[in-house]
Amino acid sequence: MRINRIQNQTIELVENNESTEIDLSLMDSLITKLKSKHGNLIPLLQGVQSIYGFIPKEAFTKLNTEVGLELSSMYGVATFYSQFRLNPVGKHIIKVCHGTACHVQDASKITTALMDTLKINDGETTEDNMFTLESVACLGCCSLAPVMMIGDETYGKLTNKSSSKVLKNIKIQESKANKK
Amino acid sequence: MKKQIIVGLGSCGIAAGASKVYDKINDIIIAENLDVELKQTSCIGMCYKEPLVEIIDNNGRFLYGDISVDKVMDLMDSHIQNHEPIKELVVDSDMFDGSEKAYFDGQVKIALRNCGYIDPECIEEAEEHKAYKALKMIVAKPITCDEVIQTIIDSGLRGRGGGGFPTGLKWRFARNNMSKQKYIICNADEGDPGAFMDRSLLEGDPHAIIEGMIIGAHAICATSGIIYCRAEYPLAIKRLNIALEQARNRGYLGRDILGVKGFNLDIQVKEGAGAFVCGEETALIASVEGKRGMPRKRPPFPAESGLWKSPTNINNVETLANIPYIILNGADAYNKYGTDKSKGTKVFALTGKIKHGGLVEVPMGISIREVIFGLGGGIQDDKKFKAVQLGGPSGGCIPEHLIDIPIDYESVNSTGAIMGSGGMVVMDESTCMVDMARFFLAFTQDESCGKCTFCRIGTKRMLEILTRITEGKGKEGDIEQLEELSEQIQDASLCGLGQTAPNPVLTTLKYFRHEYEAHINDHKCPAKNCKALLTYEIIPDMCTGCTVCAIKCPTNTITGEKKEVHFIEQEGCIQCGECYSRCNFDAIKIY
Repeated sequence: MRINRIQNQTIELVENNESTEIDLSLMDSLITKLKSKHGNLIPLLQGVQSIYGFIPKEAFTKLNTEVGLELSSMYGVATFYSQFRLNPVGKHIIKVCHGTACHVQDASKITTALMDTLKINDGETTEDNMFTLESVACLGCCSLAPVMMIGDETYGKLTNKSSSKVLKNIKIQESKANKK
Repeated sequence: MKKQIIVGLGSCGIAAGASKVYDKINDIIIAENLDVELKQTSCIGMCYKEPLVEIIDNNGRFLYGDISVDKVMDLMDSHIQNHEPIKELVVDSDMFDGSEKAYFDGQVKIALRNCGYIDPECIEEAEEHKAYKALKMIVAKPITCDEVIQTIIDSGLRGRGGGGFPTGLKWRFARNNMSKQKYIICNADEGDPGAFMDRSLLEGDPHAIIEGMIIGAHAICATSGIIYCRAEYPLAIKRLNIALEQARNRGYLGRDILGVKGFNLDIQVKEGAGAFVCGEETALIASVEGKRGMPRKRPPFPAESGLWKSPTNINNVETLANIPYIILNGADAYNKYGTDKSKGTKVFALTGKIKHGGLVEVPMGISIREVIFGLGGGIQDDKKFKAVQLGGPSGGCIPEHLIDIPIDYESVNSTGAIMGSGGMVVMDESTCMVDMARFFLAFTQDESCGKCTFCRIGTKRMLEILTRITEGKGKEGDIEQLEELSEQIQDASLCGLGQTAPNPVLTTLKYFRHEYEAHINDHKCPAKNCKALLTYEIIPDMCTGCTVCAIKCPTNTITGEKKEVHFIEQEGCIQCGECYSRCNFDAIKIY
């Protein structure tokens, strides 16, 4: 039920409230572009999320004062659709597909293997803010099941080993980039 | 002629490594200074042979399968430099029979006519393959709105999103409602887990869908178009936007289309935000309006009062892709395929435990057996076929004894499943049907919008019961309670999601009741899938005492000395299966 999501998100929202500082001026061009458009609520929230990776509380307030959208309807929409997040996420979001085809090919094994490698639970973010692990409905690459998506890259025909290897490679690339 | 190399760059091809293949070929062309044209196309439907590379030269076309990066060098050397095709890698060719000829021969491609044959980001190529020709014909003759609608009615085309409502009639309703502002919407919110027909079409031939929408807009006099596409399909959205821009530049969209005064239409892409229920028409409209995607009562139907209270017509991607073909070739060219009540062709996404997973388009009326064992090549690892799941979370499982039924709306419905949008998930003997039902219920339970009480709470209660059964805690009366809840949810839900949510449970109960009973009464999972119900034991005769299982056991419940028979203490076993997968001597049995 979608109501479950509201509960989960509210609790975490309170916890994470103070820690982040957010540059709200990044939203200005988005607001100018969509302000007067019919049915702009979802595109606005999508735009905000693509800027910050999630929808910060302050962004809701800004949309309320500058566009005139009601807080309650924005919050209603943000908790209804699975795309929207109210909490910060890791740099890389790992979406493990749990569609039918992937389920039949044992996608839960992949999630378990990734949970072991990252030492987090499904839906959580690693301490270094590098990875967020998510289970998602079908990614539409069913013939390559089981599948996961990191960023815009899709990885197919996964095994426990190969999925952990993908993460290792990303970690190596990240540490190389840091050294430079 | 100049040799052409075409790499299949659909989402699944890219996931299989096609981008790297493309880059490598490009590097070789530059390094060797070859006189070759390198192009991209999208999914040809043969996902099990990805990455696919096609070479066209003076001798004809050669489609190569399974071209990983390490094979690129050989392929370039042999075929491009020395003009010698590598025959064993060719899956299809017009020179000789490739290994996968049967996969293509069994299909009739109408909706997928251009997928995998054109560069989806190049409008000139699409036009060479007859894109916008039907539209030009309508404008040139001219063909009136009513004639267009009549042709679609005559063709027998029915909504391919799953509902199966005659498309022509739907258009007529929208046409008959007079209003200054009307909308045509393309439903590309393909949410069924296990289905990817629409994604392939959007990625492979976006112009077909746009042209279908323009023709639809002409027929119902719509002035504004929206493509509601899943955000999970970034490549599809990118290619749609490219295609729309190209169509605007060519005058297929905008004001006075192709010079016809007053024929105005523009199309926008709206990204969905991830809610399965938005596949339902009224929920989709609410979502476009920026609200929570909750369905509302019908009537009024969208054809009378839809988006922003204006008459609105919503068609599925595959439905729209068929439209230009029907207009161009006539209703008879389409309705010569199919059965009495189900005309034309249908695209299916073949997935699960099948050898040749991919996208196939077959004439209606073909049997399920022909699709799975003919085109699909049978079951992976030659295991025993158990059931096929049609119609996603709203559909049902069709068992082996019914797989000779023809695929048409009525026959599929008679089994308790539905045609759905075209997902076909094949299951073998190792798939537990109770677990399958639980999986789908978990999906619908999560996706229920919460408006109707029975859908919101009923699915939750059903999921609890199913979870209990798969954990070995099922009790007498559970099956009866599932049946009772199913009936109530079907009766008391407003939209298709709730009305069909119990289908996976009902069909598995109908055809695989013994599996439920085995779980509840004997505490056994016949498919050996439900972990809590498994017992692992070491076969003394087979055990060599290699100690691998004991080392790997996370709970240290395997005892035994080196080179002596080992033993699993059942009390500590958590049924993780680690010993079973690690044993090199098949010395562990599950029962």
